[in-house]
Amino acid sequence: MYFDSFQAALSMDGHGTYVWVAYAITLAVLAWIVIAPRRRARNTLTQLADEARRQEGAAAKAKGEEVNT
Amino acid sequence: MNATTFFMLIVRRQLLLAVRRPIEIANPLLFFLMVIVLFPLGLGPAPAQLATFAPGIFWIVVLLANLLTADTLFRSDFDDGSLEQLLLSRQPLYLSALAAITAHWLLTGVLLALVSPVFALMLNLAPSAIPTLMGALLLGSAVLSLLGGVGAALTVGLKRGGMLISLLILPLYLPVLIFGHGAVVASVGGLPVAPYLAILGAMLCLAIALAPLAMALGLRISVDA
Amino acid sequence: MWSFFHKLGSPPWLYRISGSILRWLLPLTIVALFAGAVWGLLFTPPDFRQGNSYRIIYIHVPAAVVALAGYYVMAIAGAISLIWKMKMADVALRASAPIGAALTFIALVTGAIWGKPTWGTWWVWDARITSMLILLFLYLGIIALYEAYDNKEAAGKACAVLALVGTVNIPIIYKSVDWWYSLHQPASIKFTGESTIDPSMLYPLLFMITAFYALFTCCLLLNMRAELLSRERRTGWIARLVAESR
Repeated sequence: MYFDSFQAALSMDGHGTYVWVAYAITLAVLAWIVIAPRRRARNTLTQLADEARRQEGAAAKAKGEEVNT
Repeated sequence: MNATTFFMLIVRRQLLLAVRRPIEIANPLLFFLMVIVLFPLGLGPAPAQLATFAPGIFWIVVLLANLLTADTLFRSDFDDGSLEQLLLSRQPLYLSALAAITAHWLLTGVLLALVSPVFALMLNLAPSAIPTLMGALLLGSAVLSLLGGVGAALTVGLKRGGMLISLLILPLYLPVLIFGHGAVVASVGGLPVAPYLAILGAMLCLAIALAPLAMALGLRISVDA
Repeated sequence: MWSFFHKLGSPPWLYRISGSILRWLLPLTIVALFAGAVWGLLFTPPDFRQGNSYRIIYIHVPAAVVALAGYYVMAIAGAISLIWKMKMADVALRASAPIGAALTFIALVTGAIWGKPTWGTWWVWDARITSMLILLFLYLGIIALYEAYDNKEAAGKACAVLALVGTVNIPIIYKSVDWWYSLHQPASIKFTGESTIDPSMLYPLLFMITAFYALFTCCLLLNMRAELLSRERRTGWIARLVAESR
């Protein structure tokens, strides 16, 4: 390890703010490009599952009415 | 019908359509004039300062004038169905696209180049640079028309194409801006201008070879969609 | 060879295989990125001229390299889509655009942050920075064009044409911008000939570049899966997938 202490690693001889902010922004953007497509895929899947459930429900209801009459 | 007759026929048709609505021809010129007037008002009327910025001002205004007219390149043909006729024609679409661009260039680039000496004097550009300015404008605006045609072909089927086409095409315009501007600056400074004009000419050759192909693809996609 | 090519064109196969690749590649990539960042931030010596601010290189250069490569991935996908009419190539094209845009954005922002302590200014209009900015515009243009079309199949083809036009233009733009202004330090990693960067700094950099490529691959697959799900939502294999997941 190059730095002697945690303090030294944070300050990086006065350049710490620049370095850490650059890494933080990168982390945020990278996290976003990984999470966004996963969320989009999950949303589509839940939406389709809901649709399927609704259709099943409608089918079951129609069947039930058939039996009653 | 052979290729040359077909090409001339399309160019003639486009020119005829434009001549019947003269305001369409005058619009880019008026735009050119008005934007040029904005610069002295925005930058201050000091002649020396204006002369320094004049080459840049010229090219940016030509870029914008070209961009604004590019959107209408295929629009009316798309709306009235004549574009579909061209697609079905036995002549290659490459040729019709190139003809449409030639007409567009004659109506915008060439006209702007012809009136540019007047504006050059208004902006205090050195008179010795005017021939170079006109030459660079003639070559450069042809490249701009070809690139603009690609953008127009890709967006003609869309209802809101206007802003989009600028986003697509402006980055592609930059090399022309850089070398066109370089030519005029070199001419003002008394340096040889032939290399700049040669590079603009090379860009034009490349654009003539490839841009109509992209346009043909784009027009097919737009009409199919 | 051809059977592989045909399988690539099959959405269910691609969805399944990408799922099993991502299961190990994504965690591995994330670990590698963190390891590389720690290596670069804490375990490398400082640059003798720039001090510690040079540590931004471990994210700046990989992002820039992969952002440029991403455009070529996109253009190749576009060419495949136009020549062989492969649907999956369209999907790949659409999937790579936002990743490329994000990486270009990272390269620009970290470059600006790096510029402040090094040159004393956030922004310099030099050749490389300007070229990256133009690359960002090209990416955003592709995304804007895709979103403008309602018919997604036509959108894919239109973007393919635009990506190819952009590819022809990138070297021209790059050369003209380079000619226009050149202030930047000359490229320091050369794979041919002697490298001017010390191995203790080079290895973490190469490691991070590899990790960024892996991340690009992961995100490409993730985006393709999301796009596949929404494009193919009315097909049988998706219905089976939904039924299985419930």
